Amino acid sequence: MPDEKEKRGKLPIDLDLLRMLSKFQQIEFEDVELTFEELEIRLSPGIVAAPSAVPAVPVKVKPTSLLEAEFTVAVEEYPGQIVEVKLGATRTEGGTRGRSIVIGGEKVPAFYSFMLPTPNRPVIAFDVFDWPKVPLPRAVKMHVREVLEDPAEWARLCVEKFDAEMVNVHFLTIDPLIEDAPPSAAVKTVESVLQAVDVPIAIGGCGDPKKDLEVFKAIAEATEGERLLFGSVTLDMDIEATAKIIKEYDHTVIAFTSMDVNKARELNRKLYDFLSKDRIVMDTTTAALGYGLDYAFTVMERVRLAGLKGDPELNHPISSGSTNAWAAREAWMKLGPQWAPRDLRGPLWETITAQTLLLAGVDYFMMMHPASVKAVRTMIDNLMSGKHTGEPVDWVSLKV
Amino acid sequence: MPAKELSPIEVYKLLPGTNCKECGETNCMAFAAKLVTREATLQLCLPLLEPDYQAAFEKLWALLKPPVRAVEVGVGDNKVTLGGEYVVYRHEFTYFNPTAIALDVSDEMPEEEFVSRIKAAQDFEYNYIGMKLKLDMIAVRSTSNDPATFKAAVKKASETSDLPLMLCALNPTLMEHGLAAVADRRPLIYAATKGNWKEMADLALMYGCPLVASAPFDLKLLKSLAKTLWEYSVEDIVLDPGTLPNDGLAGTLDNFTVLRWAGINEGDEAFGFPLLGTPIAAWAEKAEDPVMNEWNEATLAAALIARYADMLVMHSVNGWSLLPQVILRQNLYTDPRKPVSVDAGVRKLGEPTEVSPVMMTTNFALTYYTVASDIESAKIDCYLVVVDTEGISVESSIAGRKMTADTVADAFKNFNVNDLVKHRKLIIPGRAARISGEIEELTGWTVMVGPLDSSGIPKFLDANWKPESD
Repeated sequence: MPDEKEKRGKLPIDLDLLRMLSKFQQIEFEDVELTFEELEIRLSPGIVAAPSAVPAVPVKVKPTSLLEAEFTVAVEEYPGQIVEVKLGATRTEGGTRGRSIVIGGEKVPAFYSFMLPTPNRPVIAFDVFDWPKVPLPRAVKMHVREVLEDPAEWARLCVEKFDAEMVNVHFLTIDPLIEDAPPSAAVKTVESVLQAVDVPIAIGGCGDPKKDLEVFKAIAEATEGERLLFGSVTLDMDIEATAKIIKEYDHTVIAFTSMDVNKARELNRKLYDFLSKDRIVMDTTTAALGYGLDYAFTVMERVRLAGLKGDPELNHPISSGSTNAWAAREAWMKLGPQWAPRDLRGPLWETITAQTLLLAGVDYFMMMHPASVKAVRTMIDNLMSGKHTGEPVDWVSLKV
Repeated sequence: MPAKELSPIEVYKLLPGTNCKECGETNCMAFAAKLVTREATLQLCLPLLEPDYQAAFEKLWALLKPPVRAVEVGVGDNKVTLGGEYVVYRHEFTYFNPTAIALDVSDEMPEEEFVSRIKAAQDFEYNYIGMKLKLDMIAVRSTSNDPATFKAAVKKASETSDLPLMLCALNPTLMEHGLAAVADRRPLIYAATKGNWKEMADLALMYGCPLVASAPFDLKLLKSLAKTLWEYSVEDIVLDPGTLPNDGLAGTLDNFTVLRWAGINEGDEAFGFPLLGTPIAAWAEKAEDPVMNEWNEATLAAALIARYADMLVMHSVNGWSLLPQVILRQNLYTDPRKPVSVDAGVRKLGEPTEVSPVMMTTNFALTYYTVASDIESAKIDCYLVVVDTEGISVESSIAGRKMTADTVADAFKNFNVNDLVKHRKLIIPGRAARISGEIEELTGWTVMVGPLDSSGIPKFLDANWKPESD
């Protein structure tokens, strides 16, 4: 294609005028006379003429048939690779799970399948809570009401009814502000969950840095070799102590930071002193669609691209608590008939929050609504093994 | 040179250097800085428009123009700009023109449905952080394949709404009739294909309209079309690489990514145009329940918003499926260079007195506006302490230790909260319950843990706030 200057060189119109045109793309002609040779308006009988306010484009040699074009898809070489982390352990691997799941391993940005296929399927864990009073949105609660009192049954429901690939048990009762339940109670719960289902399990703490460590230690010790995923280790925890129990009892951990690439690096760096990289998943915080998803998306995208470009402190699989989508009032609140029904709006909110982050590079999701999990899993399937050519849909003449 | 690497000095060197202030800036350097961040446009510099600066203007124009051309559809206040993008990833600079959403009507729809769909598009509005989120365009499709019917439908659409139009018919005769009905509205023409490109290009030139080049799942043909149209003098081009739902998503997203990458990172000018996605394709499937079509359309649309679509054609008119789209595009097209936060401080809501409640929230804009609007609409008089959490929401700032007893205590000290009221009772967000004890220790105030969502504030106050409870 000729550059601007070349094009203009051939033009019969004053350059200043053209400059105005190129800026405004549309301009009123005032005191300008164009001769008919300069215009290429073709008038068709029976049809209203083109509006005079729009300038005719000056003559150039017009092609009479399609011009040939060469195109090869760009393939970028990324020097880095995301580490693989194995979640769960089978009997032969030293645990009791029916299967283990590997996440990470990417060499190109999320689902750039024109460059390379995605090596490992991102996985979705269902959230299970150990506290029946956990505030759940109505749309979610209706699916789990029967099992709220029993985390093991809750986990079983997720696996048997909703085909959960993993279950993430969140320990809220241990929170000193809730029940301050002892570590031994949490261990018991974990054991019953491990009995009830054979998928890999993740453990969520209450957010109290001291109490979480106590509980993690007790659970890690009691479930040695199961390769549980512990969430989370944070900068204000005793990082050395946490990392050491993860390593000693053969588990994995989520390194959680709050939407800050440098803090994420700092935490990983501190963990490397005690822990091999293949035990670390990173979580840079998920904010709901409409409530800061742009930050969450961009931090994850930056982290992933940095890892691929060779940053040795950011090349880990990424975790997202997409359940946070329900913090958006648009996910659960009555907003009037124009926005109804909530029972669709809510699950769609969680779905779109998660799938947007899927495209930023998330490998491990915590989610809540069965319909949302199913939708995101379907999207993952379609992205992993979908077709790359297809009969176009004739939507123009579609009768709907 | 990619926009993101442009320095103000390079731009400054080409400016007249008159420091004439005609552009509204104090000097040429300040104007150069604004040009680089795209907060100002070249034509504000009046000396630059003089013939003497012709060469400089052209150099600047080439330096500053976006690698993805900005294509305008429609006229007047509702005009929509498609494309005009500089980067693939938003953190590299910012995205500029949010994905435009067109709702479709067809020329064989019963009149009542036709009009009500257009009205739904026209009247769609959602208040979000002090902004009104809206839909942008109407796509009129010809299913009749009858010129007079199409022309009448286009005319009807243009009379019912002043939103910009997209005319969808692959037959040039139909298109010609449709265009004749809206000659002065600069609609987007869909589409030039391998078979009809010449006729469509002639129409686009004659009516001065932007034109979609369509080559579903054939990027080589798409490039060939774009190149040919450009040489044919059609400059306002939109690219349609094809959209397929379900297992076609992989190929669809691949193509959008390949095109945007080529247009920006490879400087491939034939692909330096806005991209059109058509999630309406999800309605081609015969689903048991149309809700499934609607759901699939919604997830497809959201994926395309995340993956570089500059415009979408959608069929659903329901708020539950459209609301996440307009919010997602708002989120992703927010300028990441500017934090979405409000100033920390104490806000007086209503007319608070020394016995009014004192509440607390974060300086994340969305949280602040939501809380403030809930309090104001309930006509509550109170003080709202806005803590600097670096623009992060309550839940995330608690988890990420941006909101701690220390930052709250600092806010109390800096904003002299102790002087505002004679009581010592602070209502904190339900999601900040974790730090209530520490806040009490550091501030000496009694903490009341408020509701999880600010919509519960009126009820909470009714139950827990005794007016003279000091």
